Amino acid sequence: MSEQIEPRASKDVDVNNVEFVPVVSEGPASLFAQLKGFWLTFRTMFKKTLTVEYPEVKAPTQERFHGRHQLNRHPDGLEKCIGCELCAWACPADAIYVEGADNTDENRMSPGERYGKVYQINYLRCVFCGLCIEACPTRALTMTNEYELADDSRSNLIFEKEDLLAPLRSGMLMPPHPMYPEADHHTYYRGEVPEAHPSQEVKK
Amino acid sequence: MTNAEILATDPGWIIAVKGLLVFAACVVLTLLAIWAERRIVARMQERPGPNRVGPLGLLQSLSDGVKLALKEDLIPAAADKIIFVIAPIISATTCFMAFAVIPVTGQVTLFGHKTVMQMTDIPVGVLYVLAIASVGVYGIVLAGWSSGSTYPLLGGLRSSAQVISYEVAMGLSLVSVFIYSGSMSTSDIVAAQDKWWYAVVLFPSFVIYAISMVGETNRAPFDLAEAEGELVGGFHTEYSSLKFALFFLAEYVNIVGVSALATTLFLGGYHAPPGLGFTESWLGGWFTAIWFFIKVAGFFFIFVWLRGTLPRMRYDQFMQFGWKVLIPVSLFWILVVATLRVLSQQGTSRTGVLIFSGIVVAIVMFVNVAFDNVKQKKKNSPRPELSKPDFAVPALPNKESDHV
Repeated sequence: MSEQIEPRASKDVDVNNVEFVPVVSEGPASLFAQLKGFWLTFRTMFKKTLTVEYPEVKAPTQERFHGRHQLNRHPDGLEKCIGCELCAWACPADAIYVEGADNTDENRMSPGERYGKVYQINYLRCVFCGLCIEACPTRALTMTNEYELADDSRSNLIFEKEDLLAPLRSGMLMPPHPMYPEADHHTYYRGEVPEAHPSQEVKK
Repeated sequence: MTNAEILATDPGWIIAVKGLLVFAACVVLTLLAIWAERRIVARMQERPGPNRVGPLGLLQSLSDGVKLALKEDLIPAAADKIIFVIAPIISATTCFMAFAVIPVTGQVTLFGHKTVMQMTDIPVGVLYVLAIASVGVYGIVLAGWSSGSTYPLLGGLRSSAQVISYEVAMGLSLVSVFIYSGSMSTSDIVAAQDKWWYAVVLFPSFVIYAISMVGETNRAPFDLAEAEGELVGGFHTEYSSLKFALFFLAEYVNIVGVSALATTLFLGGYHAPPGLGFTESWLGGWFTAIWFFIKVAGFFFIFVWLRGTLPRMRYDQFMQFGWKVLIPVSLFWILVVATLRVLSQQGTSRTGVLIFSGIVVAIVMFVNVAFDNVKQKKKNSPRPELSKPDFAVPALPNKESDHV
């Protein structure tokens, strides 16, 4: 490797001996050729328009479109987020703020030791690059296809944990509740917990 | 009874009502024209255009107008305040005044009074329209000058130069109409076209008029005065709110105005197209107004079509076209028309007329061939060798510089 950075040279063209081709301006073409332009615009008037009338018609996004984030749950309703802050560290726009806390037997939000107590995403900063999703070790953070994220106040665009959490689906229980009987966090991560067990229900 | 005689019996209040109608019609037409233009241009670009406000977006231009009127009215510190305010008023008033001599209908009954829908019929009606159009230029040039800013000044100068030079071609194209109809009064010219429209008889005049009316109204492809990429907004860059709205109004009323004049002078005015003459008595003569507006709308569509198709011309090419093509061609055509007219008035035989026409055609063909030859020669001549520059030039990649 030479010390100097060489300019990239093309092997196909000898730059020093390029054939001289004068630029010829033919001037206006025949009248008929000019009228063809008028015919084109006239014909286009009767074509179908390409506009998507947005608020009424919503074109579906691409399958892997980067939309609003979502915090996922395990099949029994416990949160996947462990409050590790890797997403916040990965974020190039510094849009994510996480505070983790310890799980206790009385107040268990996720399997294992820790859970995300505070989870905020600032959509005024987020660039939807998806690096947070790549960083997440538990697949807690994913992106949805939802793109209607406009608002008229700054504070409304800082999404809190409850805005981002995935909804409870069938078989899920609202945490806090204990882990699946005889399961530990390894079982959870291997996906061996099918749904909430009756014994997990917390008596109030 | 001619139109002039009918109009002479009009009481004052009828004239006032007509004035009001002209004003109302112009404003409504402007709103419709803006809407139509946006819709049509949009369709030409495969877009739907404004379709939110009102049915089919019809109220879009009305709401835009209200928005404009409610905006803050700024007068720049460097502006000449009095002239700055007067300029849009000049523009907006003159464009309405041209309509005074345009006959919109044949004989109709208005509030029990027999009249024609034309405010006044002066013997030099068409000259009056041209004169009013020239006064309208003051609005543009004063607006540009009084803004106290560079771009408006340049835009105003361009615009006035353009309007003035295309007015020459426009005026010349009308001369043959005067020669053929033997009158400068709009109603007489309409009456003279009862057999053949002048758009057919005087086709070259019609083409020249059609081109110059686009130049006259500062419309694409001749909208150099408002070349957004070069001059921001042209002469109205510094204008806002109602004053800007007045310029906008003036532009569109002008378009309708020149279209109405073209209809009157070349397309038989309010008369029905050949073969549909029986419709002229429908609705007690009011149906002729529909024919008139259909023709005007046709012209307006051509304006929009031009805008949707052609790119903006370069300023020097545009001026060259006006002065070196349109005006000489107009002059030559006037010569031909005048000679033919004199020949026919002196009762020259058919062969005489034919011989003259033959000579004209021969001259045109000769000039055409000569032009082509010059062009061909220019194209075939070798390109002049460019000597090496005697100043330092930056080195090209992979190439030693000659001057280091």
